[in-house]
Amino acid sequence: MYDFNFQSASSIDDAAAKLSAASDGTVMAGGQTLIPVLKQRLANPSDVISLAGAGLSGITNNGDSVTIGATTTHAEVAGSSDVPAALRAVAEGIGDAQVRNRGTIGGSMANNDPAADYPAAALGLGATITTNQRDIAADDFFTGLFDTALNDGEIIKSVTFPNATKAAYAKFPSPASRFALVGVFVAQAADGVRVAVTGATDCAHRGPMLESALSANWSADALDGITIPTDHINADIHGSAEYRAHLVIVMAKRAVAAAG
Amino acid sequence: MATVSMTVNGQAVSGEVEGRTLLVQFLRENLNMTGTHVGCDTSQCGACVVHINGDSMKSCTMLALEAEGAQVTTIEGLAQGGEMHPMQQAFQDNHGLQCGFCTPGMVMSAIDLVAKNPNPDETTIREQLEGNICRCTGYHNIVKAVQQAAKTMGG
Ligand SMILES: Cc1cc2nc3c(=O)[nH]c(=O)nc-3n(C[C@H](O)[C@H](O)[C@H](O)COP(=O)(O)OP(=O)(O)OC[C@H]3O[C@@H](n4cnc5c(N)ncnc54)[C@H](O)[C@@H]3O)c2cc1C
Ligand code: FES
Ligand code: FES
Repeated sequence: MYDFNFQSASSIDDAAAKLSAASDGTVMAGGQTLIPVLKQRLANPSDVISLAGAGLSGITNNGDSVTIGATTTHAEVAGSSDVPAALRAVAEGIGDAQVRNRGTIGGSMANNDPAADYPAAALGLGATITTNQRDIAADDFFTGLFDTALNDGEIIKSVTFPNATKAAYAKFPSPASRFALVGVFVAQAADGVRVAVTGATDCAHRGPMLESALSANWSADALDGITIPTDHINADIHGSAEYRAHLVIVMAKRAVAAAG
Repeated sequence: MATVSMTVNGQAVSGEVEGRTLLVQFLRENLNMTGTHVGCDTSQCGACVVHINGDSMKSCTMLALEAEGAQVTTIEGLAQGGEMHPMQQAFQDNHGLQCGFCTPGMVMSAIDLVAKNPNPDETTIREQLEGNICRCTGYHNIVKAVQQAAKTMGG
C-alpha cells in the first residue's frame, strides 16, 4: 500500500471540504473494499477521509419507506426490526460476520461491484440515493462496471427504500468469495413488478423480460421457457455465460417463491 | 507519521503510525502482541480477527488510525488470572485446533458469535464462522468447541 494522509470527517460537509482541499482524496466508510484496493496498489490517493465520525449512521422507518444512513453497517441493517425482511436478508447474506461488522451500505452502493448485493435490492425496490448534492433514483445510479452517477466529490448521505407489497432476494453465492455469482431481487413495488439482477453482467440491472412475465402472472412458473441472451453475460473461471444466464432464471424463480 | 491512541486489553496504548499502517501491524509490530495472526492479508481468512468495541473485525482490513479511541480486545486479553476464557478452554477440551494458526481468530469470532447468539445451533455456528478459514481441522471439532463454550458461557 502506498502511504497517504489519513483524515477523519466530522460531518458530510466537512468530508466534502476535506475532499476538495486534497490533491487526490477519497472517502472511506468501512474500508472493506477500499483497503484491499489500496493493498493491491490499484489506487494511490493523497488523502483518505474517514466517514466513520461523520454522523451518517442510522435507520428510520416512516411507515412508507425506510431510510438507511450511508455508514450504517451490513450487520446493523441485518439486525434492525425497522428494516423489511427482504432487505435484512440481503444484508445478512453479504460476505461474512466480520465484513458485515464494518462494511456499509453507502460504500457498497458507491463501489458498484458487478457482484454486489445491495445494488440489486436498490434497483428491485426502486430506492432513492440521497447525496450531499441531490437525490438520484436507483434506476439512474448504476452506470457500469464499478461506475455510478456520482460526480467527483459527491458523497452518499443515505439510501431510501420504499415499501413493497411483496419482495425477496435469492442469491447463489460464490463458495470462495461469498459475492453473488448471480443474485435476483424481485418485488411487487408501488410502480409495478420490479426485477433486478446482479452478478450476471458489468453491473446490477433490471430484467425487463422477467418483469413482463411476472406482471402478467406472479408465479415461478411464469418464468419457464424464458431464455436470457448470453451476449453481455459475464464468463470467468467460476461459470460460463450460459451457466450464469441459466442461474438468473433459477434465482428469479426462487425469489418469487420466497416472496410468496 | 501520526499518533494513535487506543485501549488494548484494558491498557491505554499509543504509538506513531503512518496513514497506511494496518491495525494488525500496529498490534504485532508496535506493541509486540503477536497473538493476532496474518494468514492472507486479503480479508478472507479471519486469522487476524480482534474485537473493536465488542464486535469482531478483521484487523488486517482496518487502519490503525481507524481504531483511534477504540476498545480493542485481542487473544492475549482473554485469559483472566491465569485461567483460560471458556472459549479457549472449549477449544482445548474438544481438540478444536491442530497447528493453531487460525485459532486466535477463530476464538475471537466464536466469542462474538456466542455473545450475539447465546444458543447457536450447528448451522448458525458454521454460517457465523464463514469468515474464518482453518486448513487443518475440518471444522467439526471447532463447531463442538463453540457448542460447549456456549453452554459454559451461560447461554
Ligand atoms: C471477504 C469479503 C467478502 C465480501 N462479500 C460481499 C458480498 O457477498 N456481497 C457484497 O455485496 N459485498 C461483499 N463484500 C464487499 C463489502 O460489502 C463492502 O463492505 C462494500 O463493498 C464496501 O463498503 P465499505 O463501507 O467497506 O466501503 P469502502 O471500502 O470504505 O469504500 C468503497 C468505495 O466506496 C466509496 N465510498 C464509501 N462510502 C461512500 C459514501 N458514503 N459516498 C460516496 N462514496 C463512498 C469509497 O471512496 C470507495 O471508493 C465483501 C468484502 C469482503 C472483504
Ligand atoms: S489476515 Fe486478515 S483476513 Fe486473513
Ligand atoms: S488449526 Fe491449523 S489452520 Fe486451523
